[in-house]
Amino acid sequence: MSAYAGKVLHVNLTSGQIRTEMLDERTVNLYLGGVGLGVNLLMEYSKPDRDAFDPDNPLIYCTGLLSGTLGSSGHGYAVVSKSPLTGGVCEGQVQSFFGSELKRAGYAAVVVKGKASELSYLWIDDDQVQIRSAQCFSGDSVRVVEQKLCDELDDFSVRVSGIGEAGEKLCRFATIVSDKCHVVSRGAGLGAVMGSKNLKAIVVRGTHDVNVANLGSFACFVKALYERDGALGISNSSSSSLLFRRLLELNSLSALATRNWGNSVFEGIKKLGDDYLTDRFVKKAVGCGACGVNCNSAVMVSAGSFKNEVALLNSDCVLSLGSLCGVDSFDAIVKAASLVNDYGMDVVSVGVVVAFAMDLYERGVITREQAGGVDLRFGNVDALLDLICKIGKGDGWLGKILAEGVAKAADAIGGEAVKYACHVKGLELPGYDLRALKNAALGFSVAFNGDARMRNGAELLDIAGGGVDRCKIESDMGSRLVEESQRYNVLDSLLICKLNPQVYTWKDLADYYLHVTGIEVAEEDLKLVGKRIETLVRLFNILEGKGIRDYDDLPYKIKFCPISDDVKEKGMVITDDELQLGIDSYYAASGWTADGIPTVDCLKQVGLGHLAYISENAIKAAQNREES
Amino acid sequence: MVERYQDRKFVVSNQEKCNGCGLCEYVCSMVNEKTFNPNKSRIRVTRLNLLTNVAVSCRKCVDPLCVASCPKNALSQEENTGIIRVNEHACTACGWCIGACSFGALNLHPDKKIVYVCNSCTDTDHKGDPQCVQWCPEKALQYVTAETLAQKARQKLVAQLLEPSENSEKPSDTQQSSQC
Repeated sequence: MSAYAGKVLHVNLTSGQIRTEMLDERTVNLYLGGVGLGVNLLMEYSKPDRDAFDPDNPLIYCTGLLSGTLGSSGHGYAVVSKSPLTGGVCEGQVQSFFGSELKRAGYAAVVVKGKASELSYLWIDDDQVQIRSAQCFSGDSVRVVEQKLCDELDDFSVRVSGIGEAGEKLCRFATIVSDKCHVVSRGAGLGAVMGSKNLKAIVVRGTHDVNVANLGSFACFVKALYERDGALGISNSSSSSLLFRRLLELNSLSALATRNWGNSVFEGIKKLGDDYLTDRFVKKAVGCGACGVNCNSAVMVSAGSFKNEVALLNSDCVLSLGSLCGVDSFDAIVKAASLVNDYGMDVVSVGVVVAFAMDLYERGVITREQAGGVDLRFGNVDALLDLICKIGKGDGWLGKILAEGVAKAADAIGGEAVKYACHVKGLELPGYDLRALKNAALGFSVAFNGDARMRNGAELLDIAGGGVDRCKIESDMGSRLVEESQRYNVLDSLLICKLNPQVYTWKDLADYYLHVTGIEVAEEDLKLVGKRIETLVRLFNILEGKGIRDYDDLPYKIKFCPISDDVKEKGMVITDDELQLGIDSYYAASGWTADGIPTVDCLKQVGLGHLAYISENAIKAAQNREES
Repeated sequence: MVERYQDRKFVVSNQEKCNGCGLCEYVCSMVNEKTFNPNKSRIRVTRLNLLTNVAVSCRKCVDPLCVASCPKNALSQEENTGIIRVNEHACTACGWCIGACSFGALNLHPDKKIVYVCNSCTDTDHKGDPQCVQWCPEKALQYVTAETLAQKARQKLVAQLLEPSENSEKPSDTQQSSQC
């Protein structure tokens, strides 16, 4: 089929066995590629009840429909595995050069299992694949690894996707970084799985052509998209406005989580505001591989102790390392973001675990001695930077415990700590105050990976307005989120960037598919693909014991601690009653039982009838639980 | 009509605008090779770090070293446009011209086993209208003469001298970090 790379590469790092097989067209039609294909491969090659760090847990890289073409916002790759944070499906994508290079090498997917006897990297040179020693890269950031590998291979065009020191040390929210500093989002945990396999990096050189069905019509379609995107203000615009607009919006809605959700507005917002930063820090708007939408800002500190520090910043960095930790020094945020990137950690998770530790410190649960002599007050820049390094290296009692993720850290600390740990299903909650964004709260609770921004975009409905009342969970929100989750699944499978998901309608996606593959696809069929993927993920999570209603929940602070600031949203909180009603409507719209289990009819509708036994067993188990 | 050599246009990349996305490489291979493959592009992007990016293609030098260095006389330069032409039958892909070019503007073609270089899209349907320039999302690419470049440089300099306060708060453009 046009535009699809045809091969799946299987690598077993324990035995050293490397083999390829052809991807059958039926699988492509059912799952499109990207995340959909990855989830399908995960279901096929993983074993239930195995730990995420078990060598049998596969780490799966997938390319997409548009990787390696001129397509706008489509040059990514997806990584899928079992999450060491949630125990369910973990997926992440990044628009970067690596994905296109992997596709030019001829691969729709790479499935890595086993564990290498020493730190290694996988060298994919078109059809030639080798496992090589990476001992000399131990502790290096991906940026440094890329530089060293280019020298070693004597080729400056190879692309590298790998982990930093945090991944090697099995920090549970370590992520994967490619092309020096582009992070797989939101792949918290994928870097740890990679590290558990003693795999430092995948390095690829791909030289083959990528063709589409109709070059002329495809080029016209892409050009029109660029022109439309420009008109919509998402392309060629100052990326700093994209970057910081979200912060200002959240603050104005009393939804900017501040000091570990202790406050909902941040008094330091002025120092992190739009114009201030654009003038002083933003050096360049930076896009990803072959994409004209510049969503990231390359920032540089011009003076002071962090002078000349450079980082690639998005709004998550400022939300997590700024307001969440009470930090209003932009210089420090740039330095912190640079450190987080070098260690190869998920910036959202880092911000949440640091804010959690600061919260416990101020409440006297963690002593200064336990914090390694550091004064862990909110807003203390030195403490933020010190703790990032400790987590990245797994140093000291606190560094080690926080590297386990906020949920496991709270369990280890015990007592009241669990009330201050903000996560959904085990994945750290981004710095959105969901008490003032109730529909977003529902979206987060049902998102299969714990992050609605990646799975259904519920937060956009509340923030952008559009007839949605953010002060209550709308009665039709269940069905709206079900359709949005399906669209997000299709976007992630075609690997089209979700920077502004509203840009791509179902018709756009069907048109894209037609121009690239030459095959007409009905919008309803695409929706069915989205539903199939959502259902398959749910089944996977059920097999892992994580796909039940108890896991579709929200953090304690969101449910039991009303907003305390003197704002009009004061007193707002998500009650359990309204959350459960929302979840009921989501399950009903999904065709799931009240326990959140897809019915056999639902499975048959999406072509997953052969997995009916999973639903049947889960329904029986739920009945037994009720009876007992 | 024979143009003056000063009138030769070539594609240049504005370093301040180019962010190294590489879209131009895809456009070039699409227009000239009817496929997508940056390895077949006549313009190449170097993304040295986050802040330092540049796209390079043929500068259409006078008395170009690539032509002079070819031991097979396979390269020639069109007098009016400055475009380097490669005699496919004579070229042995020895790569001497590649080493001679200061800009890395020539490359070995992965399939055809010859060198190839920017033709300003003259061999395509877009005769003499380089499509990389048309598609660049940052408007970082321009198809200009050396004289235009010089004029723009002077204009920028004078503007800076007359309005020094405008940029004084910003870090110098020449500062670069060794980081990504």
